Amino acid sequence: MTGSDHDSLAGGLAALAVDAPAGLLDRVVARWVRVDAPIGAVYVASTDHGVAYLRTGTGEEEFVGAFRRRFGRPLLPADRPPAGLIPALRTGRRADLRLDLRGLSSFESDVLHAAMTIPRGEMRPYSWVAREIGRPRAVRAVGTALGNNPVPLLIPCHRVIRADGAIGQYVFGARAKETLLRAEDVNLEEVGDLAARNVHFVASDTTGVVCLPTCRDARRITTAHRRDFAVMSRAVAAGYRPCEHCRPAALS
Amino acid sequence: MTDTDIRTSVTARLVEDLDAGFVALFDGYRTVVFSTALRLCGRWADAEDLTAEAFLRAYRALAGYDAERIAALRIRSWLLTILTNLWRNTLRSAARQPLPAPLESAPDPVDPRESAEQAAERHETGHELAVMLGELPEDQRLAVVLRHVADLPIAEIAIVLGSPPGTVKSHISRGLGRLRQLHERGAS
Repeated sequence: MTGSDHDSLAGGLAALAVDAPAGLLDRVVARWVRVDAPIGAVYVASTDHGVAYLRTGTGEEEFVGAFRRRFGRPLLPADRPPAGLIPALRTGRRADLRLDLRGLSSFESDVLHAAMTIPRGEMRPYSWVAREIGRPRAVRAVGTALGNNPVPLLIPCHRVIRADGAIGQYVFGARAKETLLRAEDVNLEEVGDLAARNVHFVASDTTGVVCLPTCRDARRITTAHRRDFAVMSRAVAAGYRPCEHCRPAALS
Repeated sequence: MTDTDIRTSVTARLVEDLDAGFVALFDGYRTVVFSTALRLCGRWADAEDLTAEAFLRAYRALAGYDAERIAALRIRSWLLTILTNLWRNTLRSAARQPLPAPLESAPDPVDPRESAEQAAERHETGHELAVMLGELPEDQRLAVVLRHVADLPIAEIAIVLGSPPGTVKSHISRGLGRLRQLHERGAS
């Protein structure tokens, strides 16, 4: 081989070096912002996949530390909140907001996806979530998975309550859970009252449909036409069809 | 700046604040890591994945290191070792699955930012060479890319590949010889 051959080959190889794309850093690091939410200021961390972590505001250092321990990813300040975050916190609609749920087990992910389907102003028992995801006996594990929700408010785990009508625990405390539910116009007194009377399903004798008490369809039933049931099997035996919105059959 | 200068400033910033220091680490080494990744795997999107994963693993390792260990790190060869191991692992797992297409017919790695003229020029000069690199055996490709694309000295390549310098030199010289052969075959 001649020297010039070697030089031209080496030169050609050296020219194969390229600049890394500038956006590549955001494939690795997450960014955080502090924004207002219905329960006060919250810290929110997002990756290139979407919002990954939301916690109430105790302080920047604590949030950053907790994020690092949980996700093992660098966290830097963001210039602005991710698209869709502010409207999602204000209205509860996540239309434009992406979530990064990569760190979750498939069970946790199933639980959170079931919780996402609960409409604003409605509630479902822990056992309903367990049935929805095909793990009817895993009620306690459902509670744990909801307590481990990385993005409360955005995934409305506050809408999952106890079957006895008590609102149960919450990642930000029971008081915050109550505040959130009342802000969605849930009548907690009525829900508690029904549960105390052992009423867990309400049916309409005009539509022939049976619902969970906080279902939007159930709230339209007038007192004269409402039939109360303690268990689904009784409602079904009486000829009522389970509602397709709140899927009370998941509790039969 | 020489690699020693970059290493000194990056190390100081990592010790001071891991996350801010990580940005300095990324900026100081992203070009050498990405270039190596691109010329090893041949596809732009794969190179981005590989680079992002290598830096993430580096961060996770650094989070467990104390200041003394960070100060002692030879950062460039350490990063390229992480990258090289990741690339080898992807080759192993790809070997267990059928490839979508043989490497020779792999699409030209496209830099989405470059202009049409730049692309045309690169196509004539660099494209052939980039494709030929993909035809080298793994060890030769690694040694040639680290020596001539990443511009590492032999001693540092020996650290990255965990091979004696003599073995590295022999991989490079065989790799270059093979590239020349491929070029002549293509020209004739």
